[in-house]
Amino acid sequence: MVRVLYDGRLAVDIAGIKMKTPVTTASGTFGFGLEFQDFLDLEQVGAATVKGTTLEPRSGNKGQRAVETPSGMLNSVGLENPGADYFLKCTLPDLQKLDVPVIVNIAGSTAEEYGLLAKKLDVEGVDAVEINISCPNVRHGGIAFGTCPLSAAEVVRAVKANTSKPVITKLSPNVTDIVEMALSVEEAGTDALSLINTLVGMKIDIERRSPVLGNVIGGLSGPAVRPIAVRMVYQVAQRVKVPIIGMGGIMNADDAIEFFLAGASAIAVGTANFVDPRLAETISGGILKYLDRHGYRNIQEIIGLALPR
Amino acid sequence: MTKVIAEAKVIGQRVLSRDVRQIDFLVPSIAKHALPGQFVNVQTSRHTAPLLRRPFGVANVDRENGVLTIIYRILGEGTQLLAEACSGDRVSIIGPLGKGFDLKAKKPLLVGGGLGLAPLVYLAQCFCPEPVSILMGGRTETELFWQQLFQDLCEAIHVTTDDGSLGAKGTVMAMLPELLQKGGYDRVYVCGPEPMMRAVAAEAARNGVPCQISLEKYMACGIGACLSCSCGGVHKRLKVCTDGPVFWAQEVTEW
Repeated sequence: MVRVLYDGRLAVDIAGIKMKTPVTTASGTFGFGLEFQDFLDLEQVGAATVKGTTLEPRSGNKGQRAVETPSGMLNSVGLENPGADYFLKCTLPDLQKLDVPVIVNIAGSTAEEYGLLAKKLDVEGVDAVEINISCPNVRHGGIAFGTCPLSAAEVVRAVKANTSKPVITKLSPNVTDIVEMALSVEEAGTDALSLINTLVGMKIDIERRSPVLGNVIGGLSGPAVRPIAVRMVYQVAQRVKVPIIGMGGIMNADDAIEFFLAGASAIAVGTANFVDPRLAETISGGILKYLDRHGYRNIQEIIGLALPR
Repeated sequence: MTKVIAEAKVIGQRVLSRDVRQIDFLVPSIAKHALPGQFVNVQTSRHTAPLLRRPFGVANVDRENGVLTIIYRILGEGTQLLAEACSGDRVSIIGPLGKGFDLKAKKPLLVGGGLGLAPLVYLAQCFCPEPVSILMGGRTETELFWQQLFQDLCEAIHVTTDDGSLGAKGTVMAMLPELLQKGGYDRVYVCGPEPMMRAVAAEAARNGVPCQISLEKYMACGIGACLSCSCGGVHKRLKVCTDGPVFWAQEVTEW
């Protein structure tokens, strides 16, 4: 039975994905969701977006994979995951028991691979796929697709042709013109956008005189990137019709509100899951308080309020 | 055994050496479940910098009074802030995390170096009153305080220092082979720098003594989600934070 939370005031429909609250989790920061059950009730999260999944298992990058930076962190995990077959057999059944939409983040090294993956995941229990064309940590695919509008569109078309599920495309901020990317994947048929993935960065250990991360470069996330994420959501929301899931350094309800005002219809908690594993549940309460304080009936009323009229 | 996120109260801080501190937290919900070898993830700041929690091995618990102790070295911003915490301050802690040591040993030898000795204090405590021996390696005699922490818990304390200023000169490997040949130990527990653990695990294997290692890897979440701390295992990828940090030496293929 589908529970209603907060009298339905926070309910959103993102391209057919019905969420009780617009607070979701960012792929790569929430494991498969089940890891967080000691701390939160997954059924009080809008959607569980799980770890980037590939056709074959991946062991990820060697050496140090994460390091803290000012108000943020760099990671170069390199899409370590047990592969789609394992996910379907061992993880999905547990997620399926819960009343929470499951969004599977998918990554491949060719457009065909994305298509095959989408087909494989076109099963009951998976509520949507999120195309990862923006992972900075893998050699083939990943960000290479995410920085070229034509390649990105090709991947979206390959996925759309192979699934009956809503398709979300997660864009990379490592581009000159985010609007151009967004328009390109919208035209290719994406049903929603996730904005933003990590920014490429690096850190050098001055005592060892070498890069800290084994992969040299990694993806920057956390509050340090939030202004960039808000700006990109704001720019893209003015030009596309598909809903946007905003993310980038959200640490509390106030941060989340910024994204809604910038035009996001849902948000995702990312790096903050590591700091406070309850956050994906507790932020909803804070959003509700904001609505009450300002006399808004529901979340819909504040989406895009900061956009130019 | 559930992990919880708890508001701990700082009840005391002790200076063990120039840059090493012991901090005691009143946090019954974690203290009553924490086992030797497990760790806690401590939030050192309520602001966005430092952002991530800092993982520390549990150095002791007083279950009855709900007290959890960690020993840490002041290394960066996070640990500096921790050192500035005063009695009465509230600190958010997640724990107990990970899998601890297997305690089924009759005559254990504990081997440690540097801050790796911290979880061994709690381990030695759990073996009491069984006789426990410890072999500790340090750089110089300034790390003498460790001996004091172990003196009531161990029947034998063997010490090596790199410069010979205390105990035998050299690394723990200067003493380990003889101890293993003559001591009749049935288990080695090692926690310290990676080269030390590799050498100790190899020597234990040569002597046919089962060995547990406690790995340390940079981690962001501590609960198995971020995969920053994963390493190669015999049967599958292992996460230091949830499959470990304690492993049987032969379980880990790629450190």
